[in-house]
Amino acid sequence: MFKRDSVTYSIDWLVLLLYFTLVIMGWFNIYGASYDLDHEGSMFNFDFRAGKQFVWIITAFVIGGVILLLDYRFFNYFAYYIYALTILLLIVTIFIAPEIKGSRSWLVMGPISIQPAELAKVSTALVIAKWMSRYNFKMKALRDFIPLIFFILLPFGLIVLQKEIGSALVFTTFLLVLYREGMKGEILLMLSLFIVLFIVVLKYSATPITNAEGTWGLVLAMGIVLISQFVYAYFVNHHKKESWILAGGVTLLSLISIVLNKWVTVNFDYVAIAITAATALYWLIIELIKRYKKYLFPAFMTLVAIGFCFTSDQIFNRVLEPHQQVRIKILLNMEDDLMGAGYNVNQSKIAIGSGGFWGKGFLNGTQTKLKYVPEQDTDFIFCTIGEEHGFVGSVLVLILYWWLLMRILSMAERQKEAFHRIYAYGVASLLFFHVMINVGMVLGVMPVIGIPLPFFSYGGSSLWSFTILLFILLRLDASRLERR
Amino acid sequence: MRNNTFQDRRWVIAGIFSVIILIYIIRLFSLQIVETKYKIGADSNALLKKTIYPPRGLIYDRNNTLLVYNRPAYDIAMILREITDLDTLEFCNTLNITKDYFCERMKDIKDRKKNPGFSVYTPQIFMTQLYADEIANMQQNIYRYPGFYIQNRTLREYTFPYAAHVFGSIGEVSRSDIERDPYYRQGDYSGRDGVEFTYEEHLRGEKGVEILLRDSKGRIRGKYRDGDADEVPIAGKNLTLTIDIQLQKIGEELLNGKIGSIVAIEPQTGEILSMVTNPGYDPSILVGRSRSKNYNELVNDPAKPLLNRATLAQYSPGSTFKPIQALICLQLGGINEHTRFPCNGENSVPIRCSHYHGSPVSLLNAIEQSCNPYFWQAFRATLEKDGYGEKNSSFKTNYQAWMDALYSFGFGHKFEDSDLFEHVKGNIPTQNYFNRYFGETGWRALTIRSLSIGQGEVLATPLQLANVMAIIANQGYYITPHLNKSDTMLLKKHVTAVDSSCFPIVTEGMWRVFEYGTGRYYKIPGLDMCGKTGTVQNNFGKDHSLFVGFAPRENPVIAIAVVVENAGFGATWAAPIASLMMEQYILGKIDRHYLFDRISTSILNPDVQKR
Ligand SMILES: [Zn+2]
Repeated sequence: MFKRDSVTYSIDWLVLLLYFTLVIMGWFNIYGASYDLDHEGSMFNFDFRAGKQFVWIITAFVIGGVILLLDYRFFNYFAYYIYALTILLLIVTIFIAPEIKGSRSWLVMGPISIQPAELAKVSTALVIAKWMSRYNFKMKALRDFIPLIFFILLPFGLIVLQKEIGSALVFTTFLLVLYREGMKGEILLMLSLFIVLFIVVLKYSATPITNAEGTWGLVLAMGIVLISQFVYAYFVNHHKKESWILAGGVTLLSLISIVLNKWVTVNFDYVAIAITAATALYWLIIELIKRYKKYLFPAFMTLVAIGFCFTSDQIFNRVLEPHQQVRIKILLNMEDDLMGAGYNVNQSKIAIGSGGFWGKGFLNGTQTKLKYVPEQDTDFIFCTIGEEHGFVGSVLVLILYWWLLMRILSMAERQKEAFHRIYAYGVASLLFFHVMINVGMVLGVMPVIGIPLPFFSYGGSSLWSFTILLFILLRLDASRLERR
Repeated sequence: MRNNTFQDRRWVIAGIFSVIILIYIIRLFSLQIVETKYKIGADSNALLKKTIYPPRGLIYDRNNTLLVYNRPAYDIAMILREITDLDTLEFCNTLNITKDYFCERMKDIKDRKKNPGFSVYTPQIFMTQLYADEIANMQQNIYRYPGFYIQNRTLREYTFPYAAHVFGSIGEVSRSDIERDPYYRQGDYSGRDGVEFTYEEHLRGEKGVEILLRDSKGRIRGKYRDGDADEVPIAGKNLTLTIDIQLQKIGEELLNGKIGSIVAIEPQTGEILSMVTNPGYDPSILVGRSRSKNYNELVNDPAKPLLNRATLAQYSPGSTFKPIQALICLQLGGINEHTRFPCNGENSVPIRCSHYHGSPVSLLNAIEQSCNPYFWQAFRATLEKDGYGEKNSSFKTNYQAWMDALYSFGFGHKFEDSDLFEHVKGNIPTQNYFNRYFGETGWRALTIRSLSIGQGEVLATPLQLANVMAIIANQGYYITPHLNKSDTMLLKKHVTAVDSSCFPIVTEGMWRVFEYGTGRYYKIPGLDMCGKTGTVQNNFGKDHSLFVGFAPRENPVIAIAVVVENAGFGATWAAPIASLMMEQYILGKIDRHYLFDRISTSILNPDVQKR
């Protein structure tokens, strides 16, 4: 069963090389980011971050090596057990973890602290691969789909209970895997539409419509819903007559309400909602008469969108925690408090912006050395790259990630076994989500959600979990040439 | 095993990955290459640029006595953006200022009209020129006021309480200074008058910059690039003045209790040996924080202590004009060395003589006895030597020649190449002036006769009168009077319109003034001195007392002009002052203590007595 030769022969050296490159670059940047003007420690001094990271890197290599030595079927066989064990750890963590920075996500065992949430990413990737690679698995079948969603939502919920919303949100990335395996593309589109509606409602909820009741938030959101309807009916289904009746009716009703506003005060929030609700009815009637079988779902989604938008403000105010509200508001340019909550993002933009084309050179960054950027060796590590290595260095790192992602996708597609392919997509999605959110937040285009940059950010849990994630994939991939 | 359907969706997913990465690369491009504000933000974050002020150049007198030097002072600077949780009341108590002053100052700093360089990111000067004892409290507590910094500066210090008008003072730069010269920032100081102004660029040096690294908590974490980017300040250059501080001191003591001025010049070089004006002030009162208060007091003082009478006050020269008149008349051929004119004493017309002497009187006697009729007749003889001519043209030609000669003596115009802070041009009446006043042909020698004895429209500053004495001492030329000992003024001789052959007889006449005439009581034993007294009528109170002269007669080393306003006869006040000055300068000390004591303790005007 052990065919060492076949592993070294068939392992994907490119992915391994990209992995080593990113890890070593990360290590140097942690040295740069934690470099203190007063204490110039060496990169191997274990009293400092870089030295500690060196230990994490070495252990990660050992873990990676061990994984490569395991039988590739191990992961398939034990996926449920690994998942169950992780869930158990997550539950235990909620109760026994000490509170660190407002969250209960760290299991402290002597000198080592680990974050079970990190391992949950690996085991969830394994478990959904296992579940979806079942014989006769059908995405549309609820008996298949509901457990799948449950596998994703269970760790999500437990991690939310640990008050690590950022880490929990990572699990939404598995929707990409589901999409690849046949989930309706409309669900992804709907999700994007709802995110846009949410942002519009929040961004303009404080902008009143002049001389009338209501705010622009709901009116604009309803406008987006109506335009989506029109585009869907006119351009996708080519039902031109129905589309023009819709547009004419909506325009007429809007004009009437605007004219009415001259005599009686009109609440445009309600007008917008009423008109949009009327369109849902309109599509239902058309469906009853013509039986196109195309407007039932849109009419339903229109009603859902109305409910969603109407309660968005409440969601925003009641579900999200205050610091997250502020973070989202800052992202939407709704708040401009550079010394308060906007400080991190502003400082990180300053640090990156000051790097220029070539950067200031290794260890020459002033913004990171002088601690203007918070959490600069963990969540904001990309600042150090931006400041010290400039546009060239930042783009190089992004291209390395892109290269790795593309490589994993092509690896996924060459797998003979569905389990391997789905797992590969899980790895790619997780990696992508982390890079997108982390770099996006440092560049000021994503909300500040505290998740690490894979291979770069300081910390053992993150490095270990991404190493395990990647090396399992390497091991599975290496098996493609083995005799079965 | 499931069928591998939906394989094409890999491209959608790859597309999503690629688009996001591409968006981030574009975002990086805009942050790092297009935008510049982040680079500025980074510098103002991390780099604290401390201005290091260079010590201003020292000022010495002609004998290398240190006159003006520096002593440490402190500015309080602030970076508005960094000020947090300021307990204003406590802060004011620490600095010993009122809350009103604090608010006023803050308002001024933020006012971009008054302070064009205002920025919340850069250091702004909150208070300046505090002495060590004033800042001691603050220095201990500065850590409690984040955003406030103490900057080292220097303040002027003076060895002697004299020569304030020569030195001038240093004050805060104005808005127009800042706009004119990029060297200056709000809160900087520059010379406002005197040599501090004239030699500002010579004295000020080059500012340095120390760039410090500052962390996010405002703590200084060492030098940026180990100080490689720092600029070391370059000290201002020293300045050696032509002033003899001992002579200056004597001059100021002699003018105590009197309104007037003294200018002493070394004839061969045009170097101003002393420039005294009274009332004056102690230069040290216009330094530091008390400057504005004291300055206002000086401005409002009716005796005008800020006015440098030596260069800014214009007087009719009166009888001190007679040697010049003699020289010009000799040159223009109106008289010669042997010309005699009748004098009827008090009965002379149109100008009386106030002295008793034989008649007809010679040029030497006329200078010695200050005979008005002689100079009137000499003046007329000069202007009318060719008759009047068609429409007075011959007369006017001669008048123009007379005027031009006077101009060549430094009258009627400013010394264009002078380093004096402010001086005025005096006056010589032009043809146009008389034409307007009397009509084209309505004036002749008789009409303008008062010019013959230095009265009427002719006006001169004490500086111009001293310069004329230098001309006579030099037998016909002058070097522009100046205060910087090491400049190149000497290269430029201004030769007068009067030939050097005309000078000996006038010098002889002026020597006679000290031997036999109005100056005889103040002759220094054993020294040949030349001079001329003047008693000038004026419309405000008693006559002005004037004296001009130089000494020794052979190889003169000092030319001098003294004016004491409303003091009476020239022989009574100005002459002894000039004599004592010459004694001090030539002999290095004053032996006539009784004379010195009498003059220096005579209070003619109690308002200007030194306190
Ligand atoms: Zn006479």
